[in-house]
Amino acid sequence: MPDLLIELFSEEIPARMQSRAAADLQKLVTNGLVEAGLTYASAAAFSTPRRLALTVEGMLDASPAVVEERKGPKADAPEKAIEGFLRGAGVNRDQLEERDTPKGKILFAKINKPGRPAAEIIAEVLEQTIRNFPWPKSMRWGSGSLKWVRPLHSILCVMSAEDGAQIVPLEVDGITSGDTTFGHRFLAPDAIKVTSFEDYEAKLARANVVLRADARGETIWNDATNVAFASGMEVVEDAGLLAEVAGLVEWPVVLMGNIADDFLGLPAEVLQTSMKEHQKFFSVRNPKTGRIEKFITVANRTTADNGATILAGNEKVLSARLADAKFFWENDLRVAKSKDGMATWVKALENVTFHNKLGTQAELINRMAVLARELAPMVGAEADEAEAAAKVAKADLSSEMVYEFPELQGLMGRYYASAAGMSDAVAAAAQEHYAPLGPSDDVPTAPVSVAVALAEKIDKLTGFWAIDEKPTGSKDPFALRRAALGVIRLAVSNGLSLDIKSAIEEAYWLLLNQLNRNNRLYDIGSDEDNESDAYVVSAWPHQEAELYLGPSHNGVTEVAYDIAEWSAHITPIAQAPQFLEILAFLHDRLKVYLKDQGIRHDIIDACISIPDGAPEGATPQNDDLTLLVKRAKALSETLKTDDGENLIQGFKRANNILTQAEEADGVEYSYGADVKFSETDEERALFKALDEAEAVITPAMEKQDFTTAMSAMATLRAPVDAFFDAVQVNSDNGTVRRNRLNLLSRIRTICTSVADLTKVDG
Amino acid sequence: MSQTPEKNQSIAKPKSFQAIILALQNYWASKGCAILQPYDMEVGAGTFHPATTLRSLGTQAWAAAYVQPSRRPTDGRYGENPNRLQHYYQYQVLIKPSPPNLQELYLGSLEAIGINMDLHDIRFVEDDWESPTLGAWGLGWEVWCDGMEVSQFTYFQQVGGHDCHPVSGELTYGLERLAMYVLGVDHVMNMPFNDPDALIPLTYADVFKQTEEEYARWNFDTANTDVLLRQFEEAEAHCKMILEQPVNDPKTGKRIIMVHPAYDQCIKASHMFNLLDARGVISVTERQAYIGRVRALSKMCADAFVQTRAGGWSEDAA
Repeated sequence: MPDLLIELFSEEIPARMQSRAAADLQKLVTNGLVEAGLTYASAAAFSTPRRLALTVEGMLDASPAVVEERKGPKADAPEKAIEGFLRGAGVNRDQLEERDTPKGKILFAKINKPGRPAAEIIAEVLEQTIRNFPWPKSMRWGSGSLKWVRPLHSILCVMSAEDGAQIVPLEVDGITSGDTTFGHRFLAPDAIKVTSFEDYEAKLARANVVLRADARGETIWNDATNVAFASGMEVVEDAGLLAEVAGLVEWPVVLMGNIADDFLGLPAEVLQTSMKEHQKFFSVRNPKTGRIEKFITVANRTTADNGATILAGNEKVLSARLADAKFFWENDLRVAKSKDGMATWVKALENVTFHNKLGTQAELINRMAVLARELAPMVGAEADEAEAAAKVAKADLSSEMVYEFPELQGLMGRYYASAAGMSDAVAAAAQEHYAPLGPSDDVPTAPVSVAVALAEKIDKLTGFWAIDEKPTGSKDPFALRRAALGVIRLAVSNGLSLDIKSAIEEAYWLLLNQLNRNNRLYDIGSDEDNESDAYVVSAWPHQEAELYLGPSHNGVTEVAYDIAEWSAHITPIAQAPQFLEILAFLHDRLKVYLKDQGIRHDIIDACISIPDGAPEGATPQNDDLTLLVKRAKALSETLKTDDGENLIQGFKRANNILTQAEEADGVEYSYGADVKFSETDEERALFKALDEAEAVITPAMEKQDFTTAMSAMATLRAPVDAFFDAVQVNSDNGTVRRNRLNLLSRIRTICTSVADLTKVDG
Repeated sequence: MSQTPEKNQSIAKPKSFQAIILALQNYWASKGCAILQPYDMEVGAGTFHPATTLRSLGTQAWAAAYVQPSRRPTDGRYGENPNRLQHYYQYQVLIKPSPPNLQELYLGSLEAIGINMDLHDIRFVEDDWESPTLGAWGLGWEVWCDGMEVSQFTYFQQVGGHDCHPVSGELTYGLERLAMYVLGVDHVMNMPFNDPDALIPLTYADVFKQTEEEYARWNFDTANTDVLLRQFEEAEAHCKMILEQPVNDPKTGKRIIMVHPAYDQCIKASHMFNLLDARGVISVTERQAYIGRVRALSKMCADAFVQTRAGGWSEDAA
């Protein structure tokens, strides 16, 4: 049972690609071996900045011989056809066998495939693996045509067994396999001959290369925490940085350095970002002061001066970086505290494009301010404060610090808004209005932050829909799915009942007005008599139209239109296709959101489809997402019970009979069921059960307590089942039949109060 | 293949900016590069020198090294910022095909300028290179010395829209930054330009402080944008006109494709764009359009270059 060792030695592999590449190497090679019949006991792959390595243990030394049978032509086929078959199968005439089949006598060839030695298979598989390696980005070098992530220098491929080791010979574009590798680039650069994986790992360790990335990571973290602890400090955890740094070194040496006193006054986040992004340093915090006071850098080597030169160099580079950051911070604070304060920055955003069809960042801020004001009462915020917060929320985009470190947007806004004397709520909104950014990060709870966060996202959805930049397939360049999920999580986590429809309508109206002022839009109008209605022309913004100048205010002349003349072309916003699509998009995202919480699609559909005032068959317009989630959760819980699940059957049976009868009779059976026309106990029991359930459900629904309503509904399962078992609805007696249909109608009404159960599977 | 950096015989620690430049010149000359002189036009980076852009195209082998004064009008800070200049020097090495020991050759150059390989921590950190104006990209690293970026190291994959076959290895050293590091200087203007013990010692400020001020004022506030815009358009038209000429010169009867004169106009257009950008008259959307126009010129020049002898064209193949 031989073992296999492979190493692909190259110039420095980007840290972010290493672990994936090791896994790919293992997968491609072992799959290839198994496909060729070489099974093995175990395998493991490793990576360092300069190498990918793979060990495969307990491999067969040859693939097993197999006998393959191949079906040929009929026995009486023309000679030429038979000869062709012989050639193709590589067999002689006497290796053919004639067999009776339902289609007559057919020739079969038996082909003996002898096993192949492992080395031959390995060479083939490894060459294929190298030539087809799935690097995210690869390159050519020199005069060759081989592609690798960076120039590939050597291929080590050794098979070892009790009787010794042998090189598996192969050649890929001039690189011949061997049994040597190299140690650390500077500390032990000489060639090393190896015989097995154990030998390889041990010799590399002696040549200052730690093969295992997790071992390098562990060393870094342990040494870092120890050295920090020794000075009474703690290292700020950062798993992503740790993994990256472990991919930048073969021989990690942790060094702790000082941050010059000049820079200790910078916000901790600025220090951390600057040190992490530019220098890959860990931040070291003094628990007594709570400040970041030192840094940890990880060198790739030991030196005679114990890293003194390296540390001095790193401290110097950091000082230059932080001098820049300090310069930005102080300049920014000066602006924020000046007479015009952050307004200076907002003004500068008039020249910064948000999107070329949607205008500038300053215009975005204006729309957000109005929207935040509108949304404020719905989220419990004070309208003036929400508007003020929206106006400064993006001001920091003009600051020097954010220009240099875009990832600090929002956070710097919070610092600067505080410095400018804004309230804590306004300052917090500057940071929090971007949230939530993903499915699992924190959702803001402060009302002002929620108002601005919603305004930002609703404007974004509306704007990009209006200019037809919707997500398609896997493409979502403007992160609209994230924006929609943000709206959902903001509403649901905070238990808010939002009138999203009117917010979208408002966002639309704001955008249209702005585009109109900019002469970017030609056809829009407002009906004088009905100012609340905004109209959108289906073909905008390409359609030319006759413009009428309207009244001026704030120096802007409104453009008005002869609504009557254009009435054929305009639609109220609330019925514009874009508008309805946004709601449908929110519903889609809601389904994904709830599915992640274990709630089935059909359940969500059932809740979305409850009557909402939209015409039959039109896009559902239920926009109170919190209520929808409450309904879906209650329904989902109920359906997990036996009664709940079976109630669906009973309900559907009732609904089918009723619908058929209504269609046949051309009437709607909606009320008037009377217990006095009951003929059986089961009928009377159902009346009683419905009365009892209704007595619980009606007040529960008023309180939006869907869980109670659903449990009451589930109690109907037994009486409904008993009713259908005992009673024929379509009685010959017309009065009895009508009474029973009206009874079924009560079931329908009750059962569809929380959700449209016809949409539920089962 | 040698895994050890190329050792230099004697390393005297350089004491001035120019000593570092001279050490690099000597080192790369000793490694067989043709030491070229700077290109005599305003460029944004050493890559624009035709010895890099054009020579990285086609099949002919090539090895050149040179200093290139480079201009980035938007980086001007009136000579006040310790690290930022609107005019600075790059050292550029281009070898085609890239030799297998290019990393070791490069490390040897650091030793040559006095960086002791036994005391410093040199790292190759992923950094891919792309030049939208040149229609070029490559993969490589930024090279760190004790956390400081001292060079860019790139394997060219495409230039002017053409795949590079063979591949050139390109090394770019930001000379001021590298020299400040080696010499232990904190502000570029304080750096000794010549030997501090010379009869007339000169600092970087003595040579460039005034010009930094003059150009910063001109770049940011004074340059006539109408003139710049017109010159951009003239250079663009000129470049196209040159390349539209018939391949055979009617006067001499020779096959003469005027790639370099056309490429000069492309360089000019690119610089005019940089100046316009510094004057702040180019909006975000326009920016992309201008870059696209320069790229179109680079691509035309690249297309033409591969039709010349230096670009690998030969009578027999044609």
